[in-house]
Amino acid sequence: MKAFYKALFSIIAITLVSPVAALAQEASGQPEMATGMRSNGLIFVVVGVIVIILGGLFLFLIRIDRKLNKMEREIDNKS
Amino acid sequence: MLRQLKTRWWKALAVVLLLYTFTAGMLIDVPARFVLHETIRNLFFHVPVWFTMILLLLVSLIYSTLYLRHGKLAYDIVAEQLAKVAVVFGVLGFLTGALWGNYTWGDTFSWLFADTKILGAFIGLLIYVAYFILRGSVPDEEKRARISSVYSIFAYILLIVFIFVIPRLTDSLHPGNGGNPAFSTYDLDNTMRLVFYPAVFAYFLTGCWIASQLIRLRILHYRKHNINI
Repeated sequence: MKAFYKALFSIIAITLVSPVAALAQEASGQPEMATGMRSNGLIFVVVGVIVIILGGLFLFLIRIDRKLNKMEREIDNKS
Repeated sequence: MLRQLKTRWWKALAVVLLLYTFTAGMLIDVPARFVLHETIRNLFFHVPVWFTMILLLLVSLIYSTLYLRHGKLAYDIVAEQLAKVAVVFGVLGFLTGALWGNYTWGDTFSWLFADTKILGAFIGLLIYVAYFILRGSVPDEEKRARISSVYSIFAYILLIVFIFVIPRLTDSLHPGNGGNPAFSTYDLDNTMRLVFYPAVFAYFLTGCWIASQLIRLRILHYRKHNINI
């Protein structure tokens, strides 16, 4: 189980970093877009918040999974 | 089937794809369009919610027909819990759509009846609410499973008609409906597809994950009362 969490955390870290490298901004069209905001880097704050929320939700789901595992084992042993 | 509910690899896939959706969805270059501006990114977040609802209900329908074919109560449990999660996704679709429409279509109060597709989705969702009411009103387990399985076949067909057929025949603001061009016209170089399709898959897997927990809980409930599924 510990290895699973380790893998999960490395996945989160990789997904957080990789789009940063891929980001090449080009303002081409007339319509106003959030290029300035993104070049200031502030959009990454939002992305960070999203990743934290998702991570929390996933940990919650995993905990429920483990609790269910435990309950299922208990009932298996009883019957 | 129960063993698949406990396997980890597809849950890990859900984690990876959802994280990809929400990071790449915020950061990739999107086409600059009037009216839409940055809200074009909602294609990654709002539309997959509806796709997931449709897909989860399709799997629910498949399990309903499996129940009718084999008569195993476990199939009926799977069908019910999938429908439950699907309805939650549908409600999320309404809330996100209302917010998006408020800023792009400028429709604040009459949004439910202003668009055929929204009204169709609303009726479709009500049909599935009726599915749960129907289930709740039949105390006998086998009878409940059989009646609701038959009902869910009709419900799904009606949902498809209300969401995909009628909006194309009449007027709708949604892309691809009522004579409007489909979304591919906004995404000429197909970059948005790179996030959109993984997003649909990610939402769907997450929905399956939540449903799997509900199914296991339901089965535990039966086993506690010494009924083996």
